[in-house]
Amino acid sequence: MNATAPSHHTVMRSQLGRARGLGSGHSGTEYWIVERVSAASLLPLSGWFVIQMFRLGGADYEDVTKWGGKPVNATLLAALVATSFYHAEAGLQVIVDDYVHGKATAPAKLLVRFGCGIFGLLGLVSVLKLALGRKG
Amino acid sequence: MQDVREALYVGSRSDGKLIRRPMSPHLQVYKMRLSMFLSISNRITGVVATAGSALGVVWLAALARGPKSFAKARKVTGNPLGQLVLFGWIVSLVWHTVGGLRHFIWDAGHRYDKKELNEDGPVAIGVIAGVGVTLATALLATSCCRARHRAKLLKKAS
Repeated sequence: MNATAPSHHTVMRSQLGRARGLGSGHSGTEYWIVERVSAASLLPLSGWFVIQMFRLGGADYEDVTKWGGKPVNATLLAALVATSFYHAEAGLQVIVDDYVHGKATAPAKLLVRFGCGIFGLLGLVSVLKLALGRKG
Repeated sequence: MQDVREALYVGSRSDGKLIRRPMSPHLQVYKMRLSMFLSISNRITGVVATAGSALGVVWLAALARGPKSFAKARKVTGNPLGQLVLFGWIVSLVWHTVGGLRHFIWDAGHRYDKKELNEDGPVAIGVIAGVGVTLATALLATSCCRARHRAKLLKKAS
């Protein structure tokens, strides 16, 4: 909250009156659940990815594309990318909620959604191209 | 009105003039403790891990684009600065994972007393340092060795 003088002269109803008696928002737990479920899903997916990176690190283009062309690898990689950015979006939104106040909140949240969405989609499209778009 | 919480800060002085009531002091009055550091570092490493994942997706896109783009991406990941970024990404991921696992334990209703929190903090630091540095070093070393080995084989073949 910014340290300005109270601006409640501009509204007929007092600000306390507006805030009081509304009770709980009846929503909000979904963010908490989204964070936990995606985090739990990321544990096995990340473990799989670490093992794959040990097998693949330093390999050349042909080997890596061959790896990405296998259906199971492509599926798990797509799941990892999607879950990662889903989890990142949920986490970054909470950070924006906590630290960005006033007029900047909405654009910051939109930016988080847009950024996570675009990078997630770029990852998914790349995985699909590796899996489906092979010549010959 | 920008923030409904402002409503709770409206007070009046003895002469009747409306004022903004003072806020109680927050973080600045507390001594920095390990649990505070681990709490905020979980958020920071989450942001860093996201940035690293975005770069990872760029690598994936370069791979999907073709051999030329992949060669460019390999130049970046093979560069000392690129290796440092990869190292930082892996360590942040391990850090954020350890923090997340602690959250799972707390959510299940365990290890959430002051004494237990203070006991587990240094353990978390140890696990992060041990697993993070070992994993990052092992992955980067494996990749470097394999890349060099491949390059040697290619030279012999040509």
